[in-house]
Amino acid sequence: MAPPSYSRGLRGLSLLTVGVITLALALVFFYAPLDANQGFIQKIFYLHVPLAIVSLCGFVLGGILAAIFLRTGDRRWDMRSYCAIHMSLILSVGGLVTGSIWAKASWGHWWVWQEPTLVSYLIVILLFATYQPLRFSIEDPERQARYAAVFACTAAVFVPMNFAMVRLATAYVHPRVLNLEGGNLPGPMKLTFYISLLGIALLFATLMKFEMTAKEARMQTRRLRRSLLGDDAVTPLKRSAAPV
Amino acid sequence: MRTALVILRKDLRLELRSLETVPAMVMFSVIVFVMFHFGLNTITVKGQEAAGIFTATLLIAALLGINRLFVAEREQGGFDAFLLAPVDRTALFVAKATALYLYLTLLEVIAVPAFKLFLLGPSLGGSLPGVIAVLALANLGIVAIGTLVSAIAIQTRARDLIGPLIGLPLQIPSLIGTARALGPLFAGHPASAPPGKWVAVLALYDVVFALLAYAVFDFLLED
Amino acid sequence: MTPTRGTVTMSDEPAIRLTDLTRHFGERTALRKVSGEVPAGATLAVLGRNGAGKSTLLRILATLLRPHDGEVALLGEPLPRRAWAVRGRIGLLAHDPLLYRDLTARENLRYHAGLHRVDESRIDEVLAAVQMEKRADEPVRSYSRGMVQRTAIARAVLHRPHVLLLDEPRSNLDPGAEALVEPLIGRASGATRVLTSHDPQAALAEADLVLALKDGRAAFFGEPRALSTAALKDLYA
Repeated sequence: MAPPSYSRGLRGLSLLTVGVITLALALVFFYAPLDANQGFIQKIFYLHVPLAIVSLCGFVLGGILAAIFLRTGDRRWDMRSYCAIHMSLILSVGGLVTGSIWAKASWGHWWVWQEPTLVSYLIVILLFATYQPLRFSIEDPERQARYAAVFACTAAVFVPMNFAMVRLATAYVHPRVLNLEGGNLPGPMKLTFYISLLGIALLFATLMKFEMTAKEARMQTRRLRRSLLGDDAVTPLKRSAAPV
Repeated sequence: MRTALVILRKDLRLELRSLETVPAMVMFSVIVFVMFHFGLNTITVKGQEAAGIFTATLLIAALLGINRLFVAEREQGGFDAFLLAPVDRTALFVAKATALYLYLTLLEVIAVPAFKLFLLGPSLGGSLPGVIAVLALANLGIVAIGTLVSAIAIQTRARDLIGPLIGLPLQIPSLIGTARALGPLFAGHPASAPPGKWVAVLALYDVVFALLAYAVFDFLLED
Repeated sequence: MTPTRGTVTMSDEPAIRLTDLTRHFGERTALRKVSGEVPAGATLAVLGRNGAGKSTLLRILATLLRPHDGEVALLGEPLPRRAWAVRGRIGLLAHDPLLYRDLTARENLRYHAGLHRVDESRIDEVLAAVQMEKRADEPVRSYSRGMVQRTAIARAVLHRPHVLLLDEPRSNLDPGAEALVEPLIGRASGATRVLTSHDPQAALAEADLVLALKDGRAAFFGEPRALSTAALKDLYA
């Protein structure tokens, strides 16, 4: 039986994540200069943009992992794809909330249709929010995995298409205070931003690894119980959206 | 291709006999126009507003057809019958997509005049060819995504729920492209052409999702 | 993708060969290491209680389900890799008649003939064989269950399959109809047959080989006379 591969390096990764996020927070509060126009509230940028970028990349990663599952038929890829999308969904809610707060602070509204990135982000979240209900409503685990993978691939292709369409469709009413990709930021802000981005990316990786480890452990315990105690000793899985 | 024709013929015959899909889509769209009349409390609409109302209605009416596309296959063994035959799996996708395209075209043949009659202020006159071209293009995207979503949703427990839930967000770019392309055509300028940018974007969207749906459809059939 | 049709070149290759065939549904194992060989033209009866794995086995042989472990070879072609090569040579008759209720028998058969690239004249032939010509132009939903079953049999043999997979083939048929379909799905058809039946004695009577399934495992594989009455009783206990 394969060794519990997912747990390897989990401790180191967790510590690294804590370290980088602490560093990022320190930089945000003590190093990065106050924005001339927006003042203190602009600092939410260091949380919002990395959350948004990482969760979007996580969605696309989920699609890629799903494509590998479809090619290989190995259920572990489905599990990885599920974990990536699951974690991205959680981070994306954070991204949406921080985005909304930022919009309220700088433009005076909780929601601005004029910001194409925010709008396409919402559409992507709405789409991926259906991932779990879709899985839940397919009982056969294999079919669930296959259908969820087809959906994840489609949705991953949808992400860039959607961004392009929404951006094209939006007339810029508000001046864009900051280029969201961090292209024209002053040096200290740029550094802080990149460290924050790294921190959130590591957070995503750690959480995803935790979930994969937990799922792998659960699978292995069930396999062990089954082989040691027989099929009847293992309670059948409840109907679930998760692969294990 | 021959297989796709065989399936398409069977689908059209079934639809002709049961009349479950197209009449429902048409009636639904007309009812929605009436609802918009009261909801907006307006006699006529024009321009971008009209394009938005029309496109949203079209997409939601399309959902009715999308939901029903594979019902006969699922409930009457059509999937097994097809899988037992020595034919290319993609034929089923091509046939279903073509059937849906025809249903949508039929829907539009009635929904466009109905929209003009009930809601649209400016005369269509010279912009009618543009409208037809845009809708022909829009249908492609709706059909590519719709067929894929329908094949996914049909195997779920709550298929009437899952279909729209997955389908509508995926159709939003299609809505944007179609509505923006139709906007100037519904504005009442004589003989206006659809804006090239949106037609191009719509075409690109169609191509990407048609290829994608074609590539992943087979995985929805094997067990 | 067109299968070779007409001449059967099977030599001494068994029509069906199972080696440790295993299939799971989620964590449940529906078939566990089932093995056996069926020579061409022979009849295999699959016995077992409800849920023992009979239908799963038939669906795997019909290429509708993938085996998860072990090997399956049908007419010399390994499944699922070369499933496309045997698909046109299998006839499946399961609980679901695979007929559209709103179409007539003739339209249903024409659809299947189109899928299998069978000449349309064959439709009249099979309709006559199951004596359904008179009602052939009425929709299937107006048929009695026996008529549906007869039409389903006509559908299953429409493309002259070399392997017949028959799940309770005689359900809903009266004795007259049973005699009627004998040349199509009985031994006289000349096809290799795999059949299940709610009546084990009847199945044993027409079988050359028996596969007894219990909880997904092969409890017995061999000639019918080698299966003791006690073992048969135990199978359904």
